[in-house]
Amino acid sequence: MWVALSYACWGISIVLALWMLYDWFKIDTNYSEDVLTSSREGELEAASEKHRI
Amino acid sequence: MTVALENNITTTIHGDRVSLLRVLGPAHVWALGVGIVLVGEFTGWNFSADKGGALAALIVCWVVGLLYTSVAMIDSEVTSTVAAAGGQYAQAKHIVGPLMAFNVALFLVFAYTMLEVSDAILLGDTIVAKAGVEGLTHNSFIAATIVVLAWLNYRGVLMTLNVNFVITAIAYVSIVVLFFSVSPWTQGAVLKLNELVTPGNALPYGWIGVIAAFQFGIWYYLGIEGTTQAAEEVRSPARSLPYGTMAGMITLLIAAAMTWYVCASLMPWEYLGITYYPLWDAGKLTGSPLLENLLFIATLLAALASANGCINDAARAWFSLGRDRYLPSWFSAVHPKYRTPYRSILFLLPIALAFAFIADLNQAITFSILSGVLQYTFMSINIMMFRKKWPLGSIRRGYTHPFHPLPAIVLFCLCVVTFFAIFLGFGSQLIAMVAFYFLISLWFHFYRYKFVRRGDQFTMPWPKPQGY
Repeated sequence: MWVALSYACWGISIVLALWMLYDWFKIDTNYSEDVLTSSREGELEAASEKHRI
Repeated sequence: MTVALENNITTTIHGDRVSLLRVLGPAHVWALGVGIVLVGEFTGWNFSADKGGALAALIVCWVVGLLYTSVAMIDSEVTSTVAAAGGQYAQAKHIVGPLMAFNVALFLVFAYTMLEVSDAILLGDTIVAKAGVEGLTHNSFIAATIVVLAWLNYRGVLMTLNVNFVITAIAYVSIVVLFFSVSPWTQGAVLKLNELVTPGNALPYGWIGVIAAFQFGIWYYLGIEGTTQAAEEVRSPARSLPYGTMAGMITLLIAAAMTWYVCASLMPWEYLGITYYPLWDAGKLTGSPLLENLLFIATLLAALASANGCINDAARAWFSLGRDRYLPSWFSAVHPKYRTPYRSILFLLPIALAFAFIADLNQAITFSILSGVLQYTFMSINIMMFRKKWPLGSIRRGYTHPFHPLPAIVLFCLCVVTFFAIFLGFGSQLIAMVAFYFLISLWFHFYRYKFVRRGDQFTMPWPKPQGY
């Protein structure tokens, strides 16, 4: 049973790694770099929360 | 479209911005912090008994608890004000400066990645020990742990930390069940603390053994400061971060005390100090198959929860470095559907796998602890500068820690003692690590910093610091 579990672990690892690589490729080809890297630190805090004492 | 901002900087916005999702609450913050740490109760803390005996393990449990209570209080105050992914990195950037921030981010990435590696090795070794099958190696279990958890992190932070909450809670409850199953109020029935810890063997190496035990006493609480990495993804940072972090610290103090009491009452210090599975062994020693299996499963779950939280935190620290161009901005990409720093997660995945396959557990743990203690030393200096530059009343704080500057002084002194303890056991690694950070700082100062957009990196809407 443990040996079968070991093979299953390899299988799951390979499938999920390939899925992530596929999704990475899909996202990087469908979206521009400007959109993907558009996150800004503190943006929400500055925009939505009033900074008053 | 082109937008002119108030400070006369003109910037271009291309459609909607893609940012991390604010979906987490205090329970997720607790799950992140305690999830990373709890594995230390299942293995790691007990090596302090090897350094100084069972009583030394208890002394460091409380003294290092004081260190981490200071860490939690200081962190809660600063993070409730600097609510940004990257946690201590964002704090250092705003309060100390870019070079310190770059170093702190590397401390974070190293501490969490090496802890993730240690967790995966522990999980693999635990399964192999349970299986007892000749020829079975831990590699497949290590690969599955790292890849499955990376996939979970890739798919979204809410599910990642929901899973962490459940598995951390199960692992925690297993310690409570073990504690109450051995009649803790009665000595002699199951527990034999009076026989195992005597005045003759309580401190076999004297007080220098207590100092040496600090190195592994760190494991009782290592990683609780990781809660701050969720700052940009919690719905209410000023409330959730202090609440989740302090609740996590209280939880861990209780777990650490129960763990020591049960283990020191069941195993002689000579064995306790060398076993890799103190709680699982304690379950075996009760003679109950139910407890034995429960503690085996809890050991696996604790390792999983820790690795899961570490992937989350290391990726956010790396992502923040990219966003400020301290590293190529390519790393700052956010997945438009899952809203996670997917490139940072994927970049760190093969690095963790490589270390897990080639490094041994002791080396990985030591690098993680070293980076963690460097970070705590920074935090003690950071809070002093924070209170001096922005005194109480000058900016809004979600939480104000009491007795300042006492926690900062206690933290700094305990970090010095811990460095000495690490030097006693792993002096060459300590020197190599400090040399590495020195060289990488030179690279950052003389080469990389010219790519940084200096005005853009300071994002908090604070008044000018006092004295500037």
